[in-house]
Amino acid sequence: MNHRILERNVILLAVAILLTVAIGGLVQLVPLYTMEVTIEEVEGVRPYTPLELAGRNIYVREGCYLCHSQQIRPFRDEVERYGHYSLAAESMYDHPFQWGSKRTGPDLARVGGKYSNEWHVAHLIAPRSLVPETVMPAYPFLAEKELKFDDAADHLRTLRMVGVPYTDEQIENALDDIANQANGEEFDPDALLERYPKAVIGDFDGDPERVTEMDALVAYLQMLGTLVDFTAVQPEQLYR
Amino acid sequence: MADRDTDALTGIETTGHEWDGIKELNNPLPRWWLYLFYATIIWSIGYFIVYPAWPTLSTYSKGVIGYSSRAELDRHMEEVKASRSAWLERFEAASVDDIVGDTELLQYAMAGGRTIFADNCAPCHGAGGAGAKEYPILADDDWIWGGTPEAIYTTLLYGIRSGHDDALESEMLRFGEDEILEPAQIEAVADYVLSLSGNGAASEEGQEIFLEQCVACHGEDGTGVADFGGPNLTDGIWLYGGSREAVISQINAPRHGVMPAWIDRLDDVSIKQVSVYVHALGGGE
Ligand code: HEC
Ligand code: HEC
Ligand code: HEC
Repeated sequence: MNHRILERNVILLAVAILLTVAIGGLVQLVPLYTMEVTIEEVEGVRPYTPLELAGRNIYVREGCYLCHSQQIRPFRDEVERYGHYSLAAESMYDHPFQWGSKRTGPDLARVGGKYSNEWHVAHLIAPRSLVPETVMPAYPFLAEKELKFDDAADHLRTLRMVGVPYTDEQIENALDDIANQANGEEFDPDALLERYPKAVIGDFDGDPERVTEMDALVAYLQMLGTLVDFTAVQPEQLYR
Repeated sequence: MADRDTDALTGIETTGHEWDGIKELNNPLPRWWLYLFYATIIWSIGYFIVYPAWPTLSTYSKGVIGYSSRAELDRHMEEVKASRSAWLERFEAASVDDIVGDTELLQYAMAGGRTIFADNCAPCHGAGGAGAKEYPILADDDWIWGGTPEAIYTTLLYGIRSGHDDALESEMLRFGEDEILEPAQIEAVADYVLSLSGNGAASEEGQEIFLEQCVACHGEDGTGVADFGGPNLTDGIWLYGGSREAVISQINAPRHGVMPAWIDRLDDVSIKQVSVYVHALGGGE
């Protein structure tokens, strides 16, 4: 075989490598987009509310994924501890997904509703005040930092470009919806719930005066894994 | 092709590649390695046929045995359930009181309850139910919402101020913030509350205010009313602290603990087991 031509011409070599890798990659990736069975057909999954999205961004910024996975695998020990195994549908609006690969702490895929808002706030401010043996770092500054998310609408618009079905109405009301979700009664929670069913509304951090990063992060944690109604799904529908 | 010559020392052909006079011998691959390599290729063909492997345009090849990791999990869980069914049926049929009265079931429930507690409850209530500030100790016989097995079971099912429709609810009035009591009155009743657990002396005014405003939820003698979740104020065990400031602050603008409902998170047998476990922790009522 004559490698000589390829091996002596750097540009040609680079092009050939690119071609080879591209073919390998395409064969693995393209079918996932064209297969209709990749994402399960279940009811309930919706795009994140602007406040949850802000919380998600903080989750990524702080590197919570380095210690926490969000992916319950279909094994007995995992479903007995964490609940129903995760579905692809549950992370279809995640860009990027937060499956993670390391569990220093527990999986968080279904942590929504497991604890009270007060617990999350106290735990994030000082984890060892509640779980003396934990190695989780403290994040007290989240409760002090006011949430800066003036460009929420742009975030939603960007996500729409990559396929998250935000409506014009959702984009228009992005800033209002942050207030609606974090301040509860005084605003218009019903409009929010119509746009984002099952959103958890409340004054998460116990300070009704302002919306902090803590509000956003706790709103995000409290919805994790709560959207799909598994009583309405036959197990066989999910077999892959 | 480059010049392939034979290496003088070993008598083996070279590959013809040469770097500054250094040449590469063209030794064949070891036979055992090569055959193993071919064997893995043949094995992979079998794998392709038996297991799901090959994407098609809209779906994928299912493989002749129709394997699915999720179906396998469900089958496995069914097996686990079947192997436990003798026990599960007894737990399903029994009330929590029955379980406490049956040594065999009790033993089983204690073992199961301990694991469930460590996973779900210890982050709030502490290891072994030792409690934390704002989270009640479960390993004592001081109960806010009642310490019978049935009461504990109900608490767990629906939670406390959890947002569940059947949750236990009760809110202490904001005596200071809503100006129901004057600051001086609040100090007086706080002193009375403290005196109930033997801390300091109280004025008659304090006692009067207490009898007027507080007995509905905390009882005439201050030992608490489980139906309204009013804690016992006489035992020196405090959720929000037993200092004068803490008590005044609670009367001014009360705090209220939230405990999640477990009915949608844990199955009924697990809730029964952990109820019985918690009951036993505290030498319950
Ligand atoms: C160094 C590793 C580490 C990092 C980083 C970390 N955690 Fe944790 N986390 C833990 C450990 C260990 C636990 C288990 C003990 C405990 O509850 O503190 C835990 C527990 C938790 C729990 C309770 C889960 C449950 O089901 O009991 C939540 C919620 C949580 N972490 C959220 C976060 C968030 C949000 C961040 C990022 C702001 C974060 N963690 C960052 C290690 C970490
Ligand atoms: C998010 C934190 C949290 C978690 C998790 C939690 N609890 Fe609680 N629990 C509380 C709080 C707060 C109260 C007190 C509510 C109040 O002030 O009335 C409470 C009260 C109780 C009570 C009533 C105590 C009494 O004196 O009447 C019981 C029993 C109890 N919890 C058991 C459990 C069990 C069992 C679990 C696990 C399945 C659990 N809790 C998980 C926060 C929690
Ligand atoms: C409507 C019922 C209700 C009334 C009336 C009420 N309380 Fe309470 N009180 C509660 C409840 C419920 C709690 C517990 C909150 C919790 O569990 O988080 C509580 C808690 C307290 C605590 C804190 C106990 C601890 O362990 O830290 C104090 C102190 C207290 N009340 C004092 C008073 C005084 C004094 C009055 C009268 C001026 C009063 N309460 C009237 C329901 C009531």
